[in-house]
Amino acid sequence: MSRNPSRPRSPHLTVYKWGPHMLVSILHRVTGAGLATVGAAALVWWLVAAASGKEAYESFAKLATSWIGIVVGVGLTWAFFQHLLSGLRHFVMDIGAGFEIQGNKFWATMTLAGSILLTAALWLYIVMVRGA
Amino acid sequence: MIVETASQAAGAGEPGASPETNPAALASGPAARVRDSGSAREGAEHWWNERVSSLATLLLFVWLIVSLLRLPALDHRGVTEWLRDPLAAVPMLLLIAATFWHLKMGLQVIVEDYVHDEGNKFLALLLLTFAAAGGAAFAIFAVLKIAFAAGGMPR
Repeated sequence: MSRNPSRPRSPHLTVYKWGPHMLVSILHRVTGAGLATVGAAALVWWLVAAASGKEAYESFAKLATSWIGIVVGVGLTWAFFQHLLSGLRHFVMDIGAGFEIQGNKFWATMTLAGSILLTAALWLYIVMVRGA
Repeated sequence: MIVETASQAAGAGEPGASPETNPAALASGPAARVRDSGSAREGAEHWWNERVSSLATLLLFVWLIVSLLRLPALDHRGVTEWLRDPLAAVPMLLLIAATFWHLKMGLQVIVEDYVHDEGNKFLALLLLTFAAAGGAAFAIFAVLKIAFAAGGMPR
């Protein structure tokens, strides 16, 4: 991309004090990238394993229920809920609302708390009710 | 159009005029709109499709999580018998389409933001398109194979 060096540059990220709104903003991208790569691969692997037969499915299930599979699973569910909640926050901001600094920071913090709560609730349900 | 006026004023079309020294050399015809020379007029459509696909993905993943939690067993038999029901297979196909559509658009923005070299960007976007289409095709084929399997799944 050709850039005209005589034009002024806007101050970039380093000049701002970090806050929850900045964290949530970059987390939306990070979680999205994680879900789009690791999450999509897991989805395809699961479905192809199920279509390939019992043996292939069992090797997938063995890995998915190993400790590393559970770590990835918890990570993916947290990324999913974080991306979902900050996506909903974007819907609000898309209509031009929620830009006042206090409210903006508050709802950014709420997406962080909400994603952790939803992840914990889902896995507690899986462990307690389903006994996985 | 403004770009055409500008290109005429700058004397576009001179032989040997590179885009760097003379941006107006590219600023004519439809190709100019996709080569740094202005809007491709598709920005809003990409933005809107990202929102539409995000809502679809949200609803379909809530359906998937609730469905999986309600399944009596997540073993091979449980999952394949569930996916043979059209009311499971069809939302799953929609989920795959919406998810790969959405993730392709999301990763595209990341590539466009961070890959500045035009050649690398072109290659990265091409590979992204292929990967998204390939992933979706594998997943869709798997669901259809399960859904259309005759006489029960191999045990």
